[in-house]
Amino acid sequence: MCGIAGVIHRGGVSGIGAEMTSMLQALRHRGPDSTGFAIYGTPAEGDYVMRFKVAEQEDMASGFDIHDRIRARVEEVDRRLAEQGVTVKDRAASTEYAMRYVVSFDGDMEHLARYVEDVEGAEILSLGGALELVKDLGDATTVCDQYDLGGFRGTHGIGHTRMATESDVDIRSAHPYWAFPYNDVAVVHNGQITNYWMMRREMERKGHRFMSDCDSELLAVYTAHNLANGVALDESLERSVHEIDGVFTYLVATRDQLGMAKDTMAAKPLVLYESDDLIALASEEVAIRAILPEEIDTSDPYDEETRVWQA
Amino acid sequence: MAGMTPSGSAGDDRSYAMGMHTEQLAGRTQQVFFRPEEGERFLYPWAPEVDYNKRAELDADALTSTEVNARLRALMQEGYGTIVVRNPRGKHSLGVGILNRLNLIFEGSLGYFAVGLIDGPNVRINGRVGWSCGENMMAGTVLIEKNAGSTFGAAVRGGDLVCRGSVGSRTGIDMKGGTIIVGGDTGAFSGFMMQRGRMVVCGNAGKNLGDSMYDGTIYVGGTIRDLGVDAVPAELTDLDKAWLTRKLRQYELLPAQGVDHFTKIVAGKQLWNYDNLEPTEKKLIL
Repeated sequence: MCGIAGVIHRGGVSGIGAEMTSMLQALRHRGPDSTGFAIYGTPAEGDYVMRFKVAEQEDMASGFDIHDRIRARVEEVDRRLAEQGVTVKDRAASTEYAMRYVVSFDGDMEHLARYVEDVEGAEILSLGGALELVKDLGDATTVCDQYDLGGFRGTHGIGHTRMATESDVDIRSAHPYWAFPYNDVAVVHNGQITNYWMMRREMERKGHRFMSDCDSELLAVYTAHNLANGVALDESLERSVHEIDGVFTYLVATRDQLGMAKDTMAAKPLVLYESDDLIALASEEVAIRAILPEEIDTSDPYDEETRVWQA
Repeated sequence: MAGMTPSGSAGDDRSYAMGMHTEQLAGRTQQVFFRPEEGERFLYPWAPEVDYNKRAELDADALTSTEVNARLRALMQEGYGTIVVRNPRGKHSLGVGILNRLNLIFEGSLGYFAVGLIDGPNVRINGRVGWSCGENMMAGTVLIEKNAGSTFGAAVRGGDLVCRGSVGSRTGIDMKGGTIIVGGDTGAFSGFMMQRGRMVVCGNAGKNLGDSMYDGTIYVGGTIRDLGVDAVPAELTDLDKAWLTRKLRQYELLPAQGVDHFTKIVAGKQLWNYDNLEPTEKKLIL
């Protein structure tokens, strides 16, 4: 089933971490397997935030030497970053296997990302100036506490509660997906993509990488491909409605935009609240009520509808 | 229904004259029309008798959906006939399965599956509703002041389900009777596999309107993006206009210009399910 949510403040920052946590916790019944956040803060000029993991949560019970292996993988990532000329300004471990680095780098970002992901077990969850992507097993409150997101301030964010249907219960298959290697672009999705393998092979032939077998990852890769080829976000969303088969509703966030697209059948839910200073979207009304308890007017976007809002 | 005055055959004639029973299924039907002299067949022995003048309020803010519904049942058992629910805050499945007379008012918006499977209460929702409001509703009235989500009135069998705002997609899917009225627009696949009853859309209708409908009637006041398989336009008769005027006036949704501009959509009855010939008869023809 899965639940998706997004919020964007027009022209201001807010406690986006707490807001997304409230919305996603209200959607817990739609997907208890994992929860993910893509939240956008105010970046320091020239710095990037890199969130990556070097193991899955389930790996922690996989043997006596897992702690040594994780330590070795992190050291190898550090060595490769140094080798590529990356300056790590801040280093934090949210969990034993998930890291947050603030880095400065002016080289080829895609090459760097691929080089880091070549380390065994390593996956970059996000790399960007404003985006911080966090996902793990458990509900929103659990993940929020684990990664200390409650105090995070920013302009917008999207999130996902996952009920695994077609791929594993692990961080690799959890949403949001970073639109590798495109800085600051993330996607969350509710639905099933029926031409997934055909489109995945098409994207792989064009050189894109997939880290999971989850059909939702295709939307991130598809969006990244379009953006890399100069297609604007609104145009990419419109194209996707006709090029991607299946039943889906998905949200895309960039450094300063939030977008949505709904399939031709309008088979997956989305409720929209729109005001002059705030946009909130979610699979269910109850998630929007979690941050806007007063009586408000909401509506359901129709089939083939796409929208983009600016922060 | 317990207090209903028998109307006799004159009432039947009038309802037929008003166009209330024009659907004709080519196959067998399981529809049972209400006959006042058989009233006990339509009552539930376990449904409580309530007094409309006995009023109660319920604050749903800190309650779960199950707790709210349990409180409603307890209040009805105590004879309360008018219940106001405050702060529903988009909770799901509120007010479901009520099988007796009741004035039920929600002060705020509801989530999914609101007031489904009801048979008799009059419900007013001063807010919006999520997906599948009034699903399988059998009798009573439901009036929503704002918008509604998709599958509004799915498989509804009777009563009036009214939304003053716009609704999502697949409105009245598998509708089996009753009336759905939408003050604004409706989305794609509205009236999909509709089998009986009436749907009125004062605004615009999305694509595939009335797709694979078996029977029933859809009236649209605005534009229709396109019709679904086997849905065809039909003449808007004087009976249709009289019925539309009466129904829309009842819910204060009658357009200033009247109802002459409405488009009437019915089933073309060319789908395979209207071919009732047995295989042997088919062989003879072929």
